[in-house]
Amino acid sequence: MAADAILSIRDLRVVFDTEDGPLEAVKGIDLDVEAGETLALVGESGSGKSQTMMAVMGLLAGNGRASGSARYRGEELLGLSPSALNRFRGAKITMIFQEPMTSLDPLYTVGRQIAEVVRRHRRVSGRAAHTRAVELLTLVGIPEPERRVDSYPHELSGGQRQRVMIAMALANDPDLLIADEPTTALDVTVQAQILELLRDLQQRLGMAILLITHDLGIVRRFAGRVAVMRRGEIVETGSAEAVFTRPSHAYTRMLIDSEPHGTKTPPPSTAPAVLEARNVSVDFALRSRGFFARGAGTMRAVHGASLRLKAGETIGIVGESGSGKSTLGRAILRLLPSEGTVRLDGRDISALGRSGMRPLRRQLQLVFQDPYGSLSPRLTVSAIVTEGLLVHEPGLTSAERHRRAGEALTEVGLDPAARNRYPHEFSGGQRQRIAIARAVAIRPKVLVLDEPTSALDRSIQVQIVELLRRLQAEHGLSYVFISHDLAVVRALSDYILVMKSGRVVEEGPTAEIFEAPREDYTRTLIAAAFLTTLGTAAEARPQASGDTPER
Amino acid sequence: MPTLFAVVTISFFLIRFAPGGPFSLERPLPPQIMENMIRAYRLDLPLWRQYLDYLWNVAHGDFGPSYIYRDFSVGQLMMQSLPYSLQLGTYALILAVLGGVAAGVVAALRQNGIVDYLVMSVATVGVTVPNFVVGPVLSLVFAVLLSWLPAGGWGDGSARFLLLPTIALALPQLAVFARLTRGSMIEALRADHIRTARAYGLSRRAVVVTHAMRGALLPIVSYLAPCAAALLTGSVVIEEIFGIPGVGRYFVQGALNRDYTLVMGTVVLIAVFIVVLNLVVDILYAQLDPRIRHD
Repeated sequence: MAADAILSIRDLRVVFDTEDGPLEAVKGIDLDVEAGETLALVGESGSGKSQTMMAVMGLLAGNGRASGSARYRGEELLGLSPSALNRFRGAKITMIFQEPMTSLDPLYTVGRQIAEVVRRHRRVSGRAAHTRAVELLTLVGIPEPERRVDSYPHELSGGQRQRVMIAMALANDPDLLIADEPTTALDVTVQAQILELLRDLQQRLGMAILLITHDLGIVRRFAGRVAVMRRGEIVETGSAEAVFTRPSHAYTRMLIDSEPHGTKTPPPSTAPAVLEARNVSVDFALRSRGFFARGAGTMRAVHGASLRLKAGETIGIVGESGSGKSTLGRAILRLLPSEGTVRLDGRDISALGRSGMRPLRRQLQLVFQDPYGSLSPRLTVSAIVTEGLLVHEPGLTSAERHRRAGEALTEVGLDPAARNRYPHEFSGGQRQRIAIARAVAIRPKVLVLDEPTSALDRSIQVQIVELLRRLQAEHGLSYVFISHDLAVVRALSDYILVMKSGRVVEEGPTAEIFEAPREDYTRTLIAAAFLTTLGTAAEARPQASGDTPER
Repeated sequence: MPTLFAVVTISFFLIRFAPGGPFSLERPLPPQIMENMIRAYRLDLPLWRQYLDYLWNVAHGDFGPSYIYRDFSVGQLMMQSLPYSLQLGTYALILAVLGGVAAGVVAALRQNGIVDYLVMSVATVGVTVPNFVVGPVLSLVFAVLLSWLPAGGWGDGSARFLLLPTIALALPQLAVFARLTRGSMIEALRADHIRTARAYGLSRRAVVVTHAMRGALLPIVSYLAPCAAALLTGSVVIEEIFGIPGVGRYFVQGALNRDYTLVMGTVVLIAVFIVVLNLVVDILYAQLDPRIRHD
């Protein structure tokens, strides 16, 4: 097996010197990548999967040290000087990253950056390198490559930037492409395209791909072999089929089972409407040029959307980024100026001002996507959770407030004893629980959840989904659940609105949307989220499966 | 233009609110002469009228006569002294930018090393010690004790005469540039695209110079305009200490003597410099950063 391995890792250890002493991120792993194969290195955040490859590439942070062995075609890479390593980096072994928005230098055209990499590893003229850049952009499916070669990164979309990164990675015909979470930061529909592109390029060019990801859906569709990493160790290795059908390690089983499942029981049809929005439109003023140029125009972010949320019901709003789903969520909470009417318990609240809304705010709460940014780092958990009570129930004594905060924390599954700690002492999933506790502590009727699970690991997502379902059942809460992740939406929602470019293009009960989507767009979204989870790589691409054995 | 107008207006009225006038001397002038002087310089007109006249004249390039140096117009005084300040300021600017950026880059690349601490200590001293201390100390050591260089004066304008004032003038700005550069360079080296450049085997030189430094220069370029304006229009302290016949001296003397037109002239000059330099910096910025070109 090791004979035709192009990359052979033995007993690799990565240690970071931290203020709290040495921290072992990778604990002696063995891994072989064979020529032309697709190997997925899977694990949740903090499992050491990225650091493993950073160590191989000599890209560890200043306080990181790697030991052990990593051989590329027999040549030891660990311990090489940067200049010796540069013979391989960018030529034989290349890498694409999770952040397509920031991985390219904003100050140079994409053509220049590709050409720079070409000329670094080959003796060619500037003109030839430029031609090669255009050729590569064509290869990765950038429209109008002759023109786009002179674009700056900020002029391209996220998906296009990731294509440019792939072009750069392919510039010198590498043997191994390391893709570190290449689609995580991209929209669902774009994710599918990028993966499709990678697979297609691999078949044409024959390089090996090492895919680092937390997303088992991608692994199942894409990888031939899988290595599962947990806490710096590889706990299981095997063919994708074997790992998915007969996982041998409990952790792997847990990862596979951690796709959100089950559906929600809809509330009785007689349930009263809590929140009703009719014909809501939101306009954003475009920034005008110069001091005197007024009225540069507006951009309509939401076009006449309507929804009716019953007590105990969950409405899912799905769509790509920029589709207006978050804007609609904020508009129905009256956090943004909008047209149309919004009724809370039958009362028209669309004309109420800031002070008129204040007493109603307690019934309408919002939970954000980013559990790191949405909690004040300088307040204790207790202060965060009781802050709303101070505003909405000023009559409570301090003891009662703290009892309520303790209750709310217990309800979201946190130890109330932790309430004097600060947000940074908690993990992402725990912080999201704190944010939910803050919202439910004041006993709202409607909770708008804006991508509350998107920043979390799959196994944590499942816990949050279960928590939300339980809270809803116990308190008769109504949710507006905004997400691009249809797997989570299906597990939570009774009714779904599909948004595209500010319009609701399709809506209906959850089962109907998933079983018989009418719009192509909806089908694309579903395919992007579920195709991946419905079968192994071979099943997902019948026409490709015949090609593989020939090699 | 609106900026210039505001500067002229505000300083015109501010200086008039200061007690005393151009002709209040220790030994008061006889009332008759005083009256004639005031009439001759049209200071008897209502203030708004004087203001409008002044605007009109300035718009036509006439800064009026100096009230104290009576044989010269403000324009003439400026033309005489500005070349000295410009020359000295240019040298100081070049020294401050080159020295500061170089020191900052080196410090950033050796972050938390000995060189870093050394550079930052010197820079802190440079920022905190005022130039009315640095100037005389330099003068004392190199001119008086060692007798290597002249203690002051413009002389023939050669390096011998200009070296000390240039260093004294540049030092605080050099320190600011060093600190700014170090900070933004460390920031730039942490950027994701630097990791990309390293992952693609680019040489250390290409990573540092082409990718990190160009990004790190942006905040430095922003600071360039106020710094250049301060250096080029003459430093009051340095010019006094080293006896340089530059603009800075007139600014102080004008203010002390309530020489309204002279003060106004220097204020307008500095304002023009700042406005023009800011424009230059904006253009430079757009050249450096494609993201702001089209917005």
